[in-house]
Amino acid sequence: MTVDATTPSGKNHQSSGSLIYDPKVRGIFYQAVTLIVLALVIYWVIDNTVENLRRANIASGFGFLNGRAGFDPGQKLIAFTSDSTYGRALIVGFTNTMLVAITGIITATIIGFIVGIGRMSHNWLISRLSLAYVELFRNIPPLLVIFFWYSGVLAVLPQARDAISLPFTTYLSNRGLAFPSPVFGEWAFLTFLALIVAIVASVLLARWSNKRQMATGQTFPLLRSIAGLVIGLPLLVFLLTGAPLTFDYPIAGKFNLTGGSVIGPEFMSLFLALSFYTAAFIAEIVRAGIRGVSKGQTEAAHALGIRPSLTTRLVVVPQAMRIIIPPLTSQYLNLTKNSSLAIAVGYADLVALGGTILNQTGQSIEIVTIWIIVYLSLSLLTSVFMNWFNAKMALVER
Amino acid sequence: MSLSQTNFVRQEMLPQEPAPLSARGAISWIRQNLVATPKDAVLTILALFLLAWFVPPAVDWLFIKAAWFGTDRSVCATVAQGGVQPDGWSGACWAFVGSKFEQFLFGRYPVDERWRPMVVGVLFVILLVPMLMPKLPHKGINAILLFGVLPVFSFILLPGGLFGLPFVETALWGGLMVTLILSFVGIAVSLPLGIVLALGRRSKMPVIKMLCTMFIEIVRGIPLITVLFMASVMLPLFLPQGVTFDKFLRALIGVSMFASAYMAEVVRGGLQAIPKGQYEGADSLGLSFWQKMNLIVLPQALKLVIPGIVNTFIGLFKDTSLVSIIGMFDLLGIVRLNFSDANWASAVTPMTGLVFAGFIFWLFCFGMSRYSGFMERMLDKGHKR
Repeated sequence: MTVDATTPSGKNHQSSGSLIYDPKVRGIFYQAVTLIVLALVIYWVIDNTVENLRRANIASGFGFLNGRAGFDPGQKLIAFTSDSTYGRALIVGFTNTMLVAITGIITATIIGFIVGIGRMSHNWLISRLSLAYVELFRNIPPLLVIFFWYSGVLAVLPQARDAISLPFTTYLSNRGLAFPSPVFGEWAFLTFLALIVAIVASVLLARWSNKRQMATGQTFPLLRSIAGLVIGLPLLVFLLTGAPLTFDYPIAGKFNLTGGSVIGPEFMSLFLALSFYTAAFIAEIVRAGIRGVSKGQTEAAHALGIRPSLTTRLVVVPQAMRIIIPPLTSQYLNLTKNSSLAIAVGYADLVALGGTILNQTGQSIEIVTIWIIVYLSLSLLTSVFMNWFNAKMALVER
Repeated sequence: MSLSQTNFVRQEMLPQEPAPLSARGAISWIRQNLVATPKDAVLTILALFLLAWFVPPAVDWLFIKAAWFGTDRSVCATVAQGGVQPDGWSGACWAFVGSKFEQFLFGRYPVDERWRPMVVGVLFVILLVPMLMPKLPHKGINAILLFGVLPVFSFILLPGGLFGLPFVETALWGGLMVTLILSFVGIAVSLPLGIVLALGRRSKMPVIKMLCTMFIEIVRGIPLITVLFMASVMLPLFLPQGVTFDKFLRALIGVSMFASAYMAEVVRGGLQAIPKGQYEGADSLGLSFWQKMNLIVLPQALKLVIPGIVNTFIGLFKDTSLVSIIGMFDLLGIVRLNFSDANWASAVTPMTGLVFAGFIFWLFCFGMSRYSGFMERMLDKGHKR
């Protein structure tokens, strides 16, 4: 027993079993088995699918996208009639998804940062209120929040004829929020042109001022000049061209509001719910980011005699952002994916319209493929951005 | 030298003086925490305004004006709407929740057979509570009962059709029962499957690695609702003619698959946080792959990611509400179904039902997050920096 290891039998054993116990051989064997099983399963699935499709008389392929849709998606950002094609309906759905995602992301970020900073406040009341907000919304399904706004709040608002009137001649009713829609005059495009020019000029100005500060140490009142440029120039052009902007005001009629633009309750409930729900998560991310910057950094900045406001702007925020942005982007992605809950309240997003088309044509594989491609590309784009950001922001160490 | 000539020397300790009034008591607390600076004072006043604007109406609506008892919609409707309440009344309709309570728990499960989910529920609580208390012994037996025997038992008892029990089809299941079954199965499946996927993604075998990565990234990249659509629309297409899956089972598959992908990423984070020396140490001891994982790596890795795991569980629990979109009646679904009950339809019913459902969801999720915090402190062996 004691000398087994040195006996030739031990060596023999090793060489005879080497093929079975060789991790490389084993690895290849396992992978081959996996591939064969997978291929068999895929073959079986495809065989069944072809058989099922043939029986249901469904022609596979994306030809159906040119078919006449015959329905009206309600809210739409691009022209769409019931004579338009299924393909165009999906594009409408995609634009609607992006609309609710982008507006939701902006609002969620604002609320999230306010609540997240509130959580860090020395003021007991503010920090408790923020905590209550976070704990409330983090622990409730987003779908329930959507229904809360949709059937709990917006559906029980008064009828359109006794709509609640809000400032700036906006009206709130169970048909949604009616607000004055801007009507642009002939020369209005010049104002937009001026805005673009101002933004480009601001970027150039910022570059120049940064370069000068690096070279000479002289600072330039950048923030004020950019604000002046971006607001002042378009305003000047707007006034010079004779203020080419009028509003189409909603007018309360006997049964309905006419004129103006209307945001439907579907969009509003989805937008509000996604913003409030995601804001709770963003608040926690912001708090973690700010807490992640060690106190020594602030103290060192103070020791160098940097003013508190500059310390926050130049020392704390850039380091906190390095921690905040990666999880923040994944929250943005979550919000975009959660916007698919639109189907529950009938907001015409990509999934809801896809579902309608799926029911009408039975092209389930194609529709699901389109969904997967669209959402995967969105998340791929996000991760490309995140990798770029990480590479740019990573700590440069010795 | 007599004592009387020396200066005064105190022989005994004086009783301790209380802290000055400015540093103790309610007033000082208010000064330090509410009005420390002018900015703080402004914020406090704003917050008080917010509370005054929000809390009294909420309490009024939820409790004071609420209709607690009644048998039909008349107690929750104003005179103009055909009820007994005065004009302009608005309050929670708890009578609605009270009369529908059993339905919210069991859905449309036949009334005579409701003892079956009740038995399962009681057994679940009896087995779960000792499982959650770290001090109690026999965790192994407990786990086998909870994750092995109870599911089999429920699988026989709930649908029935055996031993003289009448068959109850899953289309009749609903309410909190469905929510809990979906989350329990999702949790029980997603953790092991997630661990396997995470190990696969870190495997050195390229084929396994690629397959696991593809599964994880695709499922994580798309919304749950599309996964559920896939499970409910495409699964029947993939199976041979005549083989049908129960709708409930399809939802279970979708939810479990979705949660496993997220779980895999959480577990992978833990695996990556284990220093390479631990893997190499296990290898040098001659442990096999599974021994290495089970005895050395996973216990450490899983402990590191408990918060992430519980967050995934909470997410899963919240996500089960989505099955109401594909036509199943979980807690949220059954509450919404009852909005259209002519006997109870009123302006305040939807809000009351949603507040009730939200409270139940909140209770479970908040409980889970609190328990995870407790476990984290329990298992913290002081390795943390």
